[in-house]
Amino acid sequence: MTDTINLRLYRKLYLIRKAEQTIIDNYENDEMKTPMHMSAGAEAIAAGVCLALGSHGQMLSSYRSHGVYLANTEETDLFFAELYGKSKGMAKGKAGSMHLSSVETGYLGASAIVASTLPVAVGAAFANKRKGSDSIAAVFFGDGAVDEGDFWESLNLACVLKVPVLFVMEDNGLAVHTPASRRHGYESIDNIVSQFNCSVFQSDTTDVESIYELTCRAIESVKKDGHPSFLHLKYYRYLEHVGVHEDFDSGYRSRKEFEEWYARDPVLLQREKLLTDGYDEAEIRGLERAIDDQISRSVKLAQEAQHSDKNEIYRDLSA
Amino acid sequence: MKRSISYRQALNEAIVEEMSRDETVFIYGIDVADHKRIFGTTKNIPEKFGGDRCFSTPLCEDTLMGFGLGAAINGLRPINVHMRVDFLLLAMNQLVNMVSSYRYGAGGRLKVPLVIRAIIGRGWGQSYQHSKSMHSVFAHIPGLKVVMPTTPNDAKGLLISAIRDDNPVVFIEHRWLYDAVGEVSDEDGPIPFGVPNVLRAGTDLTVVATSWMNVEALKAAEILEKHGVSLEVLDPRTISPLEDAAIVESVMKTRRCIVADNDWTFSGFSAELASRIYSSCFGVLRSPIERIGFEFTPCPCARPLENQFYPNAINIIRAAERLLGMDPVDLSGEDFYSYENKFRGPF
Ligand SMILES: Cc1ncc(C[n+]2csc(CCOP(=O)(O)OP(=O)(O)O)c2C)c(N)n1
Ligand SMILES: [Mg+2]
Repeated sequence: MTDTINLRLYRKLYLIRKAEQTIIDNYENDEMKTPMHMSAGAEAIAAGVCLALGSHGQMLSSYRSHGVYLANTEETDLFFAELYGKSKGMAKGKAGSMHLSSVETGYLGASAIVASTLPVAVGAAFANKRKGSDSIAAVFFGDGAVDEGDFWESLNLACVLKVPVLFVMEDNGLAVHTPASRRHGYESIDNIVSQFNCSVFQSDTTDVESIYELTCRAIESVKKDGHPSFLHLKYYRYLEHVGVHEDFDSGYRSRKEFEEWYARDPVLLQREKLLTDGYDEAEIRGLERAIDDQISRSVKLAQEAQHSDKNEIYRDLSA
Repeated sequence: MKRSISYRQALNEAIVEEMSRDETVFIYGIDVADHKRIFGTTKNIPEKFGGDRCFSTPLCEDTLMGFGLGAAINGLRPINVHMRVDFLLLAMNQLVNMVSSYRYGAGGRLKVPLVIRAIIGRGWGQSYQHSKSMHSVFAHIPGLKVVMPTTPNDAKGLLISAIRDDNPVVFIEHRWLYDAVGEVSDEDGPIPFGVPNVLRAGTDLTVVATSWMNVEALKAAEILEKHGVSLEVLDPRTISPLEDAAIVESVMKTRRCIVADNDWTFSGFSAELASRIYSSCFGVLRSPIERIGFEFTPCPCARPLENQFYPNAINIIRAAERLLGMDPVDLSGEDFYSYENKFRGPF
């Protein structure tokens, strides 16, 4: 199988979708005692942006972090071990679903306080600039985060200091259950952000290749213009705000809306593209099987692993 | 070699020396590089190290704190300055939700060498938003170290330690101490955290004081000595970590104790200290521990009210007399540190 961009993107998409399906299938067993903010529907953003960032890229995100973690690392052992709260997790069970990280591969962390990783990304980007590194720091955040002071402060500071940071707004139009129309006293965030010394890129595509290409342009702009880029990407949140279930019967949104978006589901769309690109069904199935096996092994390892000993509570507080 | 320098100069020297030694150190915050140079403590630093390593910023405390966190986990050693601790309160989200716990949440694979300098203390009718101390609040948070130097030597040695520390350190400076002059010895280098400093040896009563209250305690000791009373004055220097062995040892010897904290007493550091001393010195104490601190009100503006708000040497003297069962000594003719004589406005 020739390793094309589209294949690499599909591998990430499928891994995220399948890992989250595995969470859904196992969540009722009450072994993963951590709040799940699922990435279902947003896979193309994590996959496209992370691939475009390359191996030197750095990223931070919100608590809706499964997609970013998996797109960045493509590993599932530490991932599931952390969700199961076991000693083999990246934080030995102290972080859980809302604070995933993979420092070694550039994922500097996730936070459960809305908008709180934006300033951290600006600081990380400042350090990269000072060190003369070509690394771009990206920060993923929701449309709720732009309501917060830290969003505006970070945007402003990044533009004043001209740091190589990529703001990635994952816009699902909802903060928990409250729509943007109840929260945003303006027409277009893109217009406002474009008044800053910052390049704005916007799309509501679910095509991961387009997101990848748009991100490459946003990164080029950071490098060329020496100021931040703002990448505004729309998506539809498939599941409830937190938890593994659908919630189309709650009254605040309709299944019809979901169906419209699902008709261009990023994972299915990319699979079709691979077929059009000349990969055959068996090849794709092979790739999917390998990922299925990887995930099964990781879940088994996580289930069998020990919890950290009680003294773990004291470790890692101070260097 | 010993030299006499001011507290302000001590801070400046610590920063300059560390910035020269380690090019990852940088200092930033609101008005850090303007001509007033944070009460003179960043004097010559922009000229010497350039605008990349010492710069004034937009007014966005919370983001500035998170910015420091991001730079720290990515290899730099930031110093973030707050002209008043009250402004640092806008950064409590980043400080308490992010900075303090970031290494923990990352399973120890990151370090956070971040110094947060915050200035406290009286000024020219500052009232209630430019006068807090807040060290108890910061010390309440696991993962934050809290340092509060009183002497120029401690200011320098502890700031060097703070900058070299791989963990977040809140460094609290009292603005009335900036003009205090004391000896520093260049050989000493960094001063380790957690070790109290005996500012004055004595036998009858231990006063544990923080920040400016040490100046008041030393004044009280000087006056009471004339009346045959010997106070021992101890400065914990760091609020967290707090190693209380030296304090306990002192109280075991004097069997009486006053805690004079530069803060409100209710739910404060003085309560923490008193509780520890009670548990370690139970049965040895000859009288209950007295706690002295701010009146439990916001700080008022007008001078007579402000004087009522802040404790001073007279409060310490009167408390000592009570604990020792003495009649009040005559204080007429004593020269107390007077705000009016030493400090003028406009700020
Ligand atoms: C500072 C803060 N306020 C409130 C909350 C509660 N809360 C959790 S997620 C959320 C909505 C955030 O929406 P958005 O940024 O759009 O992210 P999404 O969940 O849609 O990915 C809220 C209000 C929080 N975690 N942090
Ligand atoms: Mg949202």
